[in-house]
Formats: sequence, structure tokens, C-alpha cells
Amino acid sequence: MDLVTPNLGLMFWTGLIFVLLLFILTKFIWKPILSVVNTREKSISDSLELAEKTMLEMKSLQAQNENLLKEARAERDAIVRDANAIATKMVEDSKNVAKLEADKIIISAREAINNEKVAALAELKTQIAEFSLQIAEKVVRGELSSDEKQKALSEKLAADFKLN
Amino acid sequence: MAFKNVLKSVVLICLAVFSLNVSFANEGEKHKKEELNIQHHIMDAHEWHLWGETSVYLPVILLDGGLQTFSSKELYHGTVIKAEGHHAEEEIEYIANTEIGYAIFHEKIYKLNANGELNFHDGHPTNAKPLDFSITKNTLSLFFGSTIILLLMFSTAKFYKKNGAVAPKGLAKFIEPLIVFVRDDIAKANIHNGKHHKYTPYLLTIFFFIFINNLLGLVPILPGGANLTGNISFTIVLASFTLLITLFSANKNYWKHIFATPGVPIALLPIMIPIEIVGIFAKPFALLVRLFANMTAGHIIILSLISIIFVNQNAAWGFLSVPMGLFISVLELLVAFLQAYLFTLLSSLFISAAVEEAHH
Repeated sequence: MDLVTPNLGLMFWTGLIFVLLLFILTKFIWKPILSVVNTREKSISDSLELAEKTMLEMKSLQAQNENLLKEARAERDAIVRDANAIATKMVEDSKNVAKLEADKIIISAREAINNEKVAALAELKTQIAEFSLQIAEKVVRGELSSDEKQKALSEKLAADFKLN
Repeated sequence: MAFKNVLKSVVLICLAVFSLNVSFANEGEKHKKEELNIQHHIMDAHEWHLWGETSVYLPVILLDGGLQTFSSKELYHGTVIKAEGHHAEEEIEYIANTEIGYAIFHEKIYKLNANGELNFHDGHPTNAKPLDFSITKNTLSLFFGSTIILLLMFSTAKFYKKNGAVAPKGLAKFIEPLIVFVRDDIAKANIHNGKHHKYTPYLLTIFFFIFINNLLGLVPILPGGANLTGNISFTIVLASFTLLITLFSANKNYWKHIFATPGVPIALLPIMIPIEIVGIFAKPFALLVRLFANMTAGHIIILSLISIIFVNQNAAWGFLSVPMGLFISVLELLVAFLQAYLFTLLSSLFISAAVEEAHH
């Protein structure tokens, strides 16, 4: 029976000590510790959130970078392709121009040669005609220089006629 | 590392159990020819028995028409007087000190009558009992326990003050999980809508108060060994605090459930109201009985197992009683935590029921 009979003295001390502990611990221990723990938990969750956000940002940045790189590459390819095309065209063009020029030069050269030839031929003809006239004159003069020869010629000519 | 820790705790527990054994052995010698009085060991006392004839005498504080203070040595070293008990063949012994005018019988202090004796009726003294506010064994244990709690908590708080919101180290690493456990798994889990903030300090205090005092009760030598948390006075006070907090924080909804339980026909209310009112008190009553019975039972089991040696008057029985005592001691470590947890958990549930908003 003694075991379950409450004792006023112990109840008093227990109550007193408990109330004091409750007061002291609440004021000096629980509140500061809980506030620190809360602060830390908040900072941890904030950091995690930030990390998550940063990771997403990094990912988007990376994607952006990739895109930029892709674009740059495409641009580079385009530029190179254009440059190639232009270069090819330029070579082609210059080839054409050169060919045209060469053709023109050849044609004009041909023309000039022809002209020269024609002129030379014309002159040659004139010269030849002159020479021929001179020769003929000389021959005629020689043939006709004496009477005998005139006679002989006329005979011969006559002989030719006879033959005909 | 973990193994090393386990080994360390096992060695410590062994030491604890063996010293319990020793302290009881001396006690046993004292009572060798008498019955082994286990009840005496789990009750409160005005002295703290150490070994053999060596005791720490504690101050006696009485309110008896003024404050009376003296050492309990004066009571224990008074004259042993024998009286006739309930039956004629039964003999009762009490110790009286006529100089100060008090006697101690079964650890209760009585005022002596004019002849310097106690009057007995049916084996109980009929003399006046002064109000006894003595620093008894349990009260001193209470001081020790509270000092330990304050030391633990202040050094934990110092860590945070010094280091700020960093990961805990050392003692804080041990205390913080317990604090967070009480806050999250007891307060937050049961008291909803953010109302737990108001009650967390109370729940934390009651948890550590019971837990540390439970553990201290398992230490067999001086700062510990008192059956404080297994004392009904202690549990009554704690349960009363929970009851008071429940009643004072109860909202309209709580009282409505008691005096006009929703969904109950009016004709039934005369039956329901008394039941609900009994329920208010039954809940903390269950709390106080649970803690009292569990801790007292633990002490009785360990003492009984160790007593096997003395009942049989043969040290060889130690091969049976020491391993069993060790086993129960380890079990009591679990019980010490479990009972603190249960008391706190149920307190939080009662508070939660009192502050809950209607959701019908």
C-alpha cells in the first residue's frame, strides 16, 4: 500500500523541479537550439533547391551553348561552302574571260594575218604583173630588136597559125 | 568502430550490473536473517544507503507549526522501540528520537506523543504526521537527474552558440537527433496545423526529464539507483501537468465533444457526459500508472534476480542470476527510452485531441 501512496514532499519537489526545468530549458535551450536547427534545415533545403535550380540553369545553358555551337558550325559550313562556290565561280569566270579574250586575240590575229596575206598577195600580184610586163617588154623588145628576128617571129607565129 | 562501441557498452553494463550485485550483497548481509525486503529498495528513504553500515544521511525538512530541519542521522540513530503490531505475536520496530520529538516508521516521520512513543492501531501509527518536505533519496536523485539534464543541454546549446547553424558534432550530435525526433515524430506528427510549436518545449522537457531519470535509476551506485520514475508521486505530478495543459489548451470543439458529443442522441447524453468526464481523468491516470508500474517492475525484477544469490545463500547462483540480471538491465535500457517516448507520445496525443479543430 505504501508503494501506491503519493508522498506530498516528493510531489512538491518534483513539481518545483519540473517547472523550473521547463522554464530554464524552454528559455535557454529548446528555443535557441530549435531555431538553429530550423535555420539549418531551411538553409539545407534552400541550398538543395538552389542546386536543383542551378542544375536546370546549367542544363539550359549547356543546351544554349550546344545550339550556339551548332549554329556557328552551320554558319561556318555555309561560309566555307559559299567561299568555295565563289572561288570556283571566279576561277570559272576568269577562265571564261581569258578564253574569250584569247579567242578574240586569235580571231583578230587571224584577221590581221589574213589582211596581211591579202595585202601581200595583192602587192605580189601587182609586183608580178609589173615584173611580167617588164619581162614581156624586155622579151618583146628582144624579139623585136632586129628585122630578122621580127621576121622569124612572124614566121613562127604564122607557122603556129598554120598549124591551127 | 560500431563493434568497438558495442563492446564498450557491454563492458559498461557488465560493470554496472556487477556493482549492483555488490551493493546488494552488503545490503543482503544486513538483512541476512530477515526477509529480503525488495519493497524497501524501491521505496523512498531519508538516507542513501551505500554499503554495510555506510549511508549518506539526507536532510529532513518538516513543516510542523514552523520549519524543522535536521539530519536524518538523528532519526536513524535514535532509540529503537518495539511495539505490538496488528496481531499480538507480530512485533513492530520504529526508531524514535525524543530530543527532537520525531520517530521514523517505514520511512514515514511521525510526531512522538507525550511519553516519547508512537500509538499504534491495527499496526498503523495514529500519531500526527508533519508535512514532510525532506530531501529524500528520490528528491536527491531528482536533483542529480535535473543537473545532468542541465549540463547536457547547456553544453549542447553552447555548441550551437559557438558554431552557429552547422552540422552537429560531439554531444550535440547525440542530443540533436533526440530533440528533432521529439519535435518531428511526436509533436509535429500528432499536433496538427502548426500548433505543435507551442507544445514542443513541454514535450521535450518531459521526454528528457523522464528519459534521463529513468537511466539514472538504472545506475546502481550513488548518483543513481533511486526508483524515482517508479515512484507514484513523481508520475502523478507529471501526469497532472499533462492533464492541466490538456485542460487549459482545450478549445470549444473539445468541450463540445464532452458535453454534447456530436451524433449522439440527447437521451444518451446523461450517460455519455459522465463517461467523457471520467475519460478526461482516465487518460492521464493511465499515463501515471504505466510509467510507475513499468519502472517499478523493472527494479523489482533486477533486484529479485540478484536476490536469488542471497535467498539461496550461495554465490554459485551468481552464474544464473548475473546473466539474467544483465539481460534485464539491458532490457531496462530499452524500457527507459520506451517509457519516456510513450509518456511524451501520449501526452502529445491528449494535447492534440484538445486543440483539434472540428472537421465534421
